[in-house]
This record gives sequence, C-alpha cells and structure tokens, in this order.
Amino acid sequence: MVDFGGWDMPLQYSGILEEHRTVRVAVGVFDVSHMGEIEIQGADAAALVDYVTTNAVAKLQQCQVQYSGLLYQHGGFVDDILVHKVANDHYFLCVNASNQEKDYRHIANANKFHASVHLTSDRYTQLAIQGPRALATLQKLTAAGLDAIRYYHFTDASVSGVPARIARTGYTGEDGFEIYFAPEHSERVWNDILNAGQEFGIKPCGLGARNTLRLEAGMALYGHEIHAAITPFEAGLGWMVKLDKGEFIGRAALTRQKEQGITRRLTGFEMNGRGIGRDDYEVFLDGAPAGWVTSGGPSPTLNKNIGMCYLPSDPAQPGHRIQIMIRNQAVDAVTIPMPFYKRAN
Amino acid sequence: MYPDELHYTKQHEWVRLSGDVGTIGITDYAQKELGDIVYVDLPRVGTKVEQSKVMGSVESVKAVSDLYSPVSGEVIELNDALATAPEKLNESPHGEGWLVKIRLSSPDELRSLLAAADYEKYVAEEAGH
Repeated sequence: MVDFGGWDMPLQYSGILEEHRTVRVAVGVFDVSHMGEIEIQGADAAALVDYVTTNAVAKLQQCQVQYSGLLYQHGGFVDDILVHKVANDHYFLCVNASNQEKDYRHIANANKFHASVHLTSDRYTQLAIQGPRALATLQKLTAAGLDAIRYYHFTDASVSGVPARIARTGYTGEDGFEIYFAPEHSERVWNDILNAGQEFGIKPCGLGARNTLRLEAGMALYGHEIHAAITPFEAGLGWMVKLDKGEFIGRAALTRQKEQGITRRLTGFEMNGRGIGRDDYEVFLDGAPAGWVTSGGPSPTLNKNIGMCYLPSDPAQPGHRIQIMIRNQAVDAVTIPMPFYKRAN
Repeated sequence: MYPDELHYTKQHEWVRLSGDVGTIGITDYAQKELGDIVYVDLPRVGTKVEQSKVMGSVESVKAVSDLYSPVSGEVIELNDALATAPEKLNESPHGEGWLVKIRLSSPDELRSLLAAADYEKYVAEEAGH
C-alpha cells in the first residue's frame, strides 16, 4: 500500500464514517477556513456581481444568499460561488479555495463599473456547524435568534462575543450554519462550539466526511462535476441561470446551448455489481465508452455505492443500465435520480 | 504494536509463516492511514502471485490503494468474512483482518522483508516526514 491519497489536510478526525453519521443524526463542526472570500463594494456593486454571475442579483434581498455560477464567455465554469447581499452597495462572495485568485482576477478584469473588488480571504475564518442539532448548539453562543434565519439567509451578530456573519447554508444536505469571523478568534470559537455541542455528541469533522455528505446530497464540487469545460445546463444547474436578466458573461453561449439542447448531462448512479465507481473512471453504455465518473464512493447513510457521472442526455435519465470500468473490469450500475439523500422535515 | 513473528514490507503488508503457507495482511499503520475500509478486492483461489506485484486492492471511504503481494506463490484461501465485514481490517489488522493465504513458491523471499523492529522504525520515519 503506497498511495494514501494525500492525507495532509484534516481529512478526518475520528473517522469519515463516524463523522458522517454524526452530522446526519446530531451535529458536526468543520473548519473550512480554506474557502475564499471576495468582497465587492460601491454604487455599482450589484451591477458588477450581476454581470459576472449567472443568477439574478436583483432578486436578492438584503441578508439573503444565492448560489450562482461564475462563467467564461464560452459558458464553462470559472467557479461556483455563494453571493451574500450585505447591503445595496456591498456583496460578500464565498468561493472555492483553489479558485480564489483566479476568481478575483476574473471579476476584477470584468470591472467596468463603479465598484471595488477585494480578495479578503485572510480576514475570515469559516466554520460550518451542520446537522439536526446545529441550531441548538450554535444558539448557546449567540443572542441572535437563529430560528428566524431562513435557509439561504444570514445575519451579522456575535458568536462567543466575536463579531460574525452567521449564514444558514451548508454543504452536507443537513440543516446548519456557516459562520465567518476574524481569524485571531479561531481557536476559542472552535472550542466553544465543541463545548456547546458536547451534550448532543458533537464531533469535529474533516474534509473526508464533507465530501461523502455533499455526495449523498448530490451537490457539485468544482474540479469534479463542474469545471471550465462544463456548463450549468450540463451540470443540472440550469435553475441558477437567468438568461432574461440582462447581459452577463457567458450568456450568449448559454442561450445558444439552450436553443440547440445539451448533448451530455450529469446523472446519479448506483453500483449493482461489487466495486466502487470512483472519480474519473470510464462509464460504458452498450459496450462502448459513453462518459466518466465525476465523484463516487460509498454512501454511509444509504449503505450502497453511489456516484455522479456525465452521460449523453438520453441515457442520463434514471433507470438506464450502465457499466463502470473499475481496474479493467466492467461492473454493472444503474442511473438513479439525485439527490441520493434528502433530509426529512 | 507490531508482532515479532510477522515479516513486513515497506508497502505495509505483513506475512505470517506456518510451514510453507504465508498468511497475508496489511499493517496497523496502513489501516490507520487508509481510514474506514469499505471494500476489499482479492485474487481468486488458485491465482499465482508474484512478490511485489499488485494482487488486489483495498478501498477506504476516501481512496483505493493497490495491494502488493509480499511473497510469490499460489493463493490457497481467502478471508471470506471480509466480503461482508471489511471493517475487520481496521479492527484487527494483524489478526482477524487477514486477507489471503499463499503457498510460498520461493520461501527465500522472506529474507528481503523487514523484521518488526525495523518496520516500526521505518513507519516512524514515514510518519515524521
């Protein structure tokens, strides 16, 4: 055994399966400070954000969050991002860690507006508190009424006496919060959250569980489901594209693709044969190569092996028999709807 | 931690010799590095394997890793329990979590493997790098 797949990050604390299950039934806390933040301010802040993203910024209320795409002219993804409207002249973007410099340059280069663009990642620690007991845990540390924060909304309030942005967002398929605050308070807030959640069985969780949780929830990961050669329509993210909102980068290409129709689409699959279809494995249809796996692995909640893959549009509908090439062996699988897991409530 | 009677490889497999049959497994260090093991792909009984060549794979939640045969010979038995309970590799890597039994064709190969003390020193360096 030589390749351990790079275990340098906090990929796990007590074990991926245990952390995963804890988030599904109780509460887990993730240090996701590697995520990047970009802030856009000024009289034309909304116009700039609207021009560089696919979703309709005009629909955002103050203290609301929007999932959106940052695209190239050809319609492929620069990144997928969360847009927080802090004020009419201030937008706070949460972007993928490895894309932050690229995203910043992309937005700054498109800035023909009265707006300023700043990469502010080093001003924030980001922690994600996720799971059915996330609210009860975090509520102990803040006077803000967390129950009143609706899904994909946020409020600015103190957590453990530290000024923070508290957003009801997440990447696990559970209820929960993502909080942003100044890095010098990281250790104390982290420890306070662990203490507050102790009675619920809170566990610190790593990037490994974060990945299995988001996979079950059918959420895209940049570099896997989405990248420069993939458009939102292909990724099943057409709902984040508002072609009628006015001009934005990528609009012409997406309009064309919408008229012509897509030739490939992201779909979920479940392994029938023994084996796990993993990232980049080839997908076969009727004995011929037809697509590739974008993410795959065991689903601890469903107790089966699941994944996402790109396939030609027709067989990307649920119920098609496919084969995943696992170490030179074709193993049976079937396309199924996503998300694989949806929380009850 | 690492039983004295086992022979170890730098790829983190071990061999327990009994007559001309070697029982093969992965080490405690390997199972810790891999994390929760969910699937084991082993060669069929009767397969001829060669020392240091890939003979199967071990998959954890996060990743798949090749399994190298520490010795040459013929596979004579598989640990069938792993098909339904792969977590035995995490729970008892040097015992119940064994993988296959191989009838050795070149017992001299064992001389190229590491003794427990040397393996322990080796993984201490690996972990510290």
